[in-house]
Amino acid sequence: MSVDTSTSVSLGVRDVHLAFGANRVLRGVDLEVARGETACVIGPSGSGKSTLLRTINRLIEPDRGDVLLDGRSVLGDDPDALRQRVGMVFQQFNLFPHMSVLRNVTLALRRIRRLPEDEAVAVAREQLDLVGLAAKADSRPAYLSGGQQQRVAIARALAMQPQVMLFDEATSALDPELVKGVLGVMADLAAGGMTMVVVTHEMGFAREVADTVAFMDRGVVLEAGEPAAVFEAAEHPRLRRFLAQVL
Amino acid sequence: MDPLRTLWETFFDWDSMREALPEMLTVGLPNTLILAVSAALLGSVLGMVLAVAGISRSRWLRWPARVYTDVFRGLPAAATILLIGVGLAPLGMQVWGPDPYPLGILALSLIAAAYIGEIFRSGIQSVEAAQMEGARALGFSWGEAMRVVIIPQGVRRVLPAWVNQLIALIKDSSLVYFLGLVASQRELFRIGQDYAATTGNESALLLAGLFYLALTVPLTHVVNAIDRRLRHGRAAGAPDDEIEDADLALPGAVGGNQR
Repeated sequence: MSVDTSTSVSLGVRDVHLAFGANRVLRGVDLEVARGETACVIGPSGSGKSTLLRTINRLIEPDRGDVLLDGRSVLGDDPDALRQRVGMVFQQFNLFPHMSVLRNVTLALRRIRRLPEDEAVAVAREQLDLVGLAAKADSRPAYLSGGQQQRVAIARALAMQPQVMLFDEATSALDPELVKGVLGVMADLAAGGMTMVVVTHEMGFAREVADTVAFMDRGVVLEAGEPAAVFEAAEHPRLRRFLAQVL
Repeated sequence: MDPLRTLWETFFDWDSMREALPEMLTVGLPNTLILAVSAALLGSVLGMVLAVAGISRSRWLRWPARVYTDVFRGLPAAATILLIGVGLAPLGMQVWGPDPYPLGILALSLIAAAYIGEIFRSGIQSVEAAQMEGARALGFSWGEAMRVVIIPQGVRRVLPAWVNQLIALIKDSSLVYFLGLVASQRELFRIGQDYAATTGNESALLLAGLFYLALTVPLTHVVNAIDRRLRHGRAAGAPDDEIEDADLALPGAVGGNQR
C-alpha cells in the first residue's frame, strides 16, 4: 500500500471528560499513540469508545482535558482545519448517496483543498485503485456492497492525506464475508505507518495489528498495553469478563 | 331550446374560443408565464432562505422564519396580493411606475416562499445526521456541508411536493387581475373572463382553463422525469455534478403541502 504516511504524527488524549447532561460518557480518558502506530480500543457498547473518537477530531467538544497531535494541543485550532488533518471512517460509511464514488472522493479535494478538477480526479483514482475499486468510480454508492462502500469511505478519508486516521467500528455493519477485505485495507494502512485509532469488536484484528490495545469501560480506559499483555494476561476483572464474552 | 344543447354551447362554443385564442396565445400565455416563472424563481430562493433559517440554532433566525411562514401561509392569497399590490403601490410607483407586475410577482413570491420553505425544510431535515457528520469529518464547514451534501439530497426528496407548489403558483397568478391590468398586461384568466363577460358565454374561460392544464400537467411529468434521472445518476463516464445528482435508495418524498 503506497499511501503517503510520511506526515503521520503522534496522538495524545489526556484526561478527556465529557457529559451529556447527567450522563458522564467520558470520565478522564488517557490514550497515547506513537507516530505510525495503531491503537485498538475495545470494550462493551456504551463504554464511550465512539464518543472518544469524536472528541479527537472535535465532532464533539470535550468538556475537559486535552487532545495533542504531534505533541501540540488541537483544542485551540479551527475545528474544520483540524478535521482535514484527521481522517475518520464510520460504521455506516456515511458516503454521499447522491454522488458517484469518484465524486465522493474528489469532493473535499476540490472544495477544501482547492485542487483543480483533473488533479483531484487523479488523486481519487489512485486512492480508489489502492482499495481495489477503481472500476467502480462512476457508480453510485448504493450499487456497491457494504464492504466496497467502506473501502470507498477509507479512500475518501485517505485522499485528504490525513496525519491520523480514526476508525469507528468500521466493520460492524458489514456482512461477515465482507469484513476481511476492509480489515485487510486497514492492516495494510497500519503496516504502512499511518497513526491510527481503531474502535473495533474484531479481537483478531486487534491482536495482530495493534501496537496498543486499550480496554474502555464506563468512560475510562481501564487497562492498556501490548496486545499479548491485554489478551493473555489481563489484570482487571472487568476486562477478563469482557474477553471471556467476546473470545 | 334543448337544455343540453344550451349547456353545450355555454362551454363549447367554438366561435367564441376561436375569437379568444389569438389573444390568449400572444398576450395571456406570455404574461402568465412571466408571472409564474418569476415568482417561482424568487419564491424558491426565498423559500430556501426560510428553510435554512427555520432549522438554524439561532432563535433570531428561527423565529422570524416561523412567524413569516405562519402569516403568509395563513392569509388568503387574494388578501396578500391586494395588501401588497395596492398597499405598496405608492412606493412601487416611485421605483418602477404604474406597472402592477413587480408587486404582483412580489406578492406571489412571498406566498409561495412560505409553502416552499416548509417543503424544503422537511426535505432537509429528513437527511440523516450521519451525512452531516461525514461531511464535517472531512473538514467541511457547516454551511458548505449544507450546500453540497445536505440540501441537494433534501431537495431531491421533496421535488413532488415542490411541483405541487409550482402548480398552485401558476393558478394563483390569475389573481393579479385584482391589481388592475391594462389590455396588454392581461394574463390567461383575465382574457378568458373578459371574453366570457362580453359574449355571455363561458367558452373563452374554458379555453383559459385548458391553457392552465397545458402548463400544469406537463410540468408534473417533466419533474417526474428529472426525478427518475436523479435517482439513477447519469450514464457512466459522464461528468456529474453534486447539485444535480441525487440519492438512489431514498424513501418517498414528503407529502404535499397544498393550501
